[in-house]
Amino acid sequence: MGAAAILKKAFLSALVALGLFSLMVGIRTEAGPTGQLIYWTRFNELAGLVAAVFVGSIAVELFRRWLGPRGGTAVLIPPVVGRGMALAGQFLAPALLIFTLLVPVIFYNQRYILDLAILVLTYVMLGWGLNVVVGLAGLLDLGYVAFYAVGAYSYGLLSTTFDLSFWVCLPLAGILAAFWGVLLGFPVLRLRGDYLAIVTLAFGEIIRLVILNWQSLTGGPNGISGIPRPSLFGIPLTPGPDGLAAKLGIPFSPTHRIVLLFYLILALALLTNWVTIRLRRLPIGRAWEALREDEVACRALGINTTTTKLTAFATGAMFGGFAGAFFATRQGFISPESFTFQESALVLAIVVLGGMGSQLGVALAALAMIGGFELFRGLETYRMLVFGLAMVLLMIWRPRGIIGHRAPTVYLQKSEAISSDLVQEGHG
Amino acid sequence: MDYFAQQLINGLVLGSIYGLIAIGYTMVYGIVGMINFAHGDIFMIGGFIALISFLILVSIGLTAVPVILLIVLLVSMAITALYGWTVERIAYRPLRHSFRLAPMLSAIGMSFVLTNYSQVAQGARVKPVPPIITGGHTLHEGAEGFVVQLSNVQIVVVITTIVLLLLFTWLVSRTRLGRDMRACEQDQTMAALLGVDVDRTISMTFVIGAALAAVAGMMYLLYYGLVDFFMGFVAGIKAFTAAVLGGIGSLPGAMLGGLAIGLIETFWSAYFSVEYKDVAAFSILIVVLIFLPTGLLGRPEIEKV
Repeated sequence: MGAAAILKKAFLSALVALGLFSLMVGIRTEAGPTGQLIYWTRFNELAGLVAAVFVGSIAVELFRRWLGPRGGTAVLIPPVVGRGMALAGQFLAPALLIFTLLVPVIFYNQRYILDLAILVLTYVMLGWGLNVVVGLAGLLDLGYVAFYAVGAYSYGLLSTTFDLSFWVCLPLAGILAAFWGVLLGFPVLRLRGDYLAIVTLAFGEIIRLVILNWQSLTGGPNGISGIPRPSLFGIPLTPGPDGLAAKLGIPFSPTHRIVLLFYLILALALLTNWVTIRLRRLPIGRAWEALREDEVACRALGINTTTTKLTAFATGAMFGGFAGAFFATRQGFISPESFTFQESALVLAIVVLGGMGSQLGVALAALAMIGGFELFRGLETYRMLVFGLAMVLLMIWRPRGIIGHRAPTVYLQKSEAISSDLVQEGHG
Repeated sequence: MDYFAQQLINGLVLGSIYGLIAIGYTMVYGIVGMINFAHGDIFMIGGFIALISFLILVSIGLTAVPVILLIVLLVSMAITALYGWTVERIAYRPLRHSFRLAPMLSAIGMSFVLTNYSQVAQGARVKPVPPIITGGHTLHEGAEGFVVQLSNVQIVVVITTIVLLLLFTWLVSRTRLGRDMRACEQDQTMAALLGVDVDRTISMTFVIGAALAAVAGMMYLLYYGLVDFFMGFVAGIKAFTAAVLGGIGSLPGAMLGGLAIGLIETFWSAYFSVEYKDVAAFSILIVVLIFLPTGLLGRPEIEKV
């Protein structure tokens, strides 16, 4: 493609951009002092955007030509580097785990980093939980936040109404969430792909709307406040004589609670990870992965798809419920605002970015995503815009995820000779 | 009885708006087999463009209401159609042969982009406009003093919907483009072999869907007198419910589903509770998919292995 063609394409792109942005960006409307809508023009911004599209289009085209017809990442990452990364990947997980265990020691005096680490670990746990449903069983769930909400409200309501402790409520929250997972699973058994996605989305919205409107039980938009903080197996972390600090004979510090929360969510996340890894080696985990690859073949092989799907939903929902209970005890306050569709999409994006099925990938994706969100914290309104764009570009660039890949747990040890003839002929 | 009649009118008007959006879902699903998750936001963009062009026309001193309405309609249809085209070109076309969930996730991303784009560009606050079409007719005055009203806005909404529906039914069933679209729906490879430009046909499907969504956005603006950046999400899910209820892939089905959802929502609000009207609509989606997965007028999907 010559320079003239590139320029022509860039010109057309700029023309489209002019059409798109003409009214939406070129004119700004706002309710004036009298309540009447007024508007003013912003032609500078409009011109800037159109120019940016023009230049961007040329740049993208030149980049494509530089990549050459082979395209993809093969050119960008030489094979040696790829092998090196694979080798490093083997040591990455243990190194990361050791580092995570040491985080409260290293950053003991930096409250901000500890809080951020707890947030990241919460999303790691949610990501691993959703990974069971989406990554392993291949069921696209857009309403995962519903189980998170069920867990959070279970703990919130049980602890404030019946004075139950966190350690009693945690399994209850998990069981209740799993129960809701089965409840959702039943009607959607026959649905696949897009339909399943939209029904789970509707389910998530129903849960949120019910929480929002059932004022007598959930407090509606005001939420539940005064949710008790966790104790270390019955020993409260308070400054009083019964508190942990007094018993250990060390001076009280509010950071103790943060550290406890940190190790609590780390333990929960690792539990999720461990259970998932173990389940993958059991018949049920194998059945999930088979279901992801081909449902019809699954049935033909005599796998009970009903129980397989329901256990996937229940397991994923249970971990969501645990994470929700943790969220409630950490915040001390919950309201329906925390359980919007955006949360579901964020967790799903983490799973997809992590490579759908790869445990390490999900953890790294959560770190990248939540860390990235923190970087953009100053640009509150642009944050979701960037998030959406990143999701689109990611799907186009590498739909199977950047960091990990979903490797089958079982594979043929050595290739059979019978197929090599076909491969040579070009049929394989 | 009068109360019932009034709610019937309101429900049919709301249903027309849902039906117009649902057509976009159903056409896209029929031809590329994906849920265009960003379609609700296209509807929202259509509402915004109608609002902005309306403001400009009024401020330059145009007073003839029919002329204003016609220009606003054409402008918002044209620009929103461009949005539909761009979304397909950027977010969906590169993924046409990717794995199954990729277009869906890309569409969710696009939906976030459009929502937050209009929030950034036009601010987060609700934009109210004074009533553009005023007046109405009293159909019946009940004994208890309850009046059944049919406002002029409602007449405009229903008539516009009917006219556009006829126009697009003609387009799909009688023109070259419509034939190409139906051919691509059945078998894209075969259609391409027979000289149909598949890429162009799919683009045109998105353009038509977006143009109809723009009409819906404008009707919403006329009827409720406000737009905001978040209105696309819930309206989108409800319209999708309508498309599923009517049988996905069927144009009259989408309209029928839209009317049904509009009526259910209105009657639910009128007789049960306003707070739970969205819950009712979403529950219907779930119930329909369980008991009637092909919808009212849809064809059963047969999977061949």
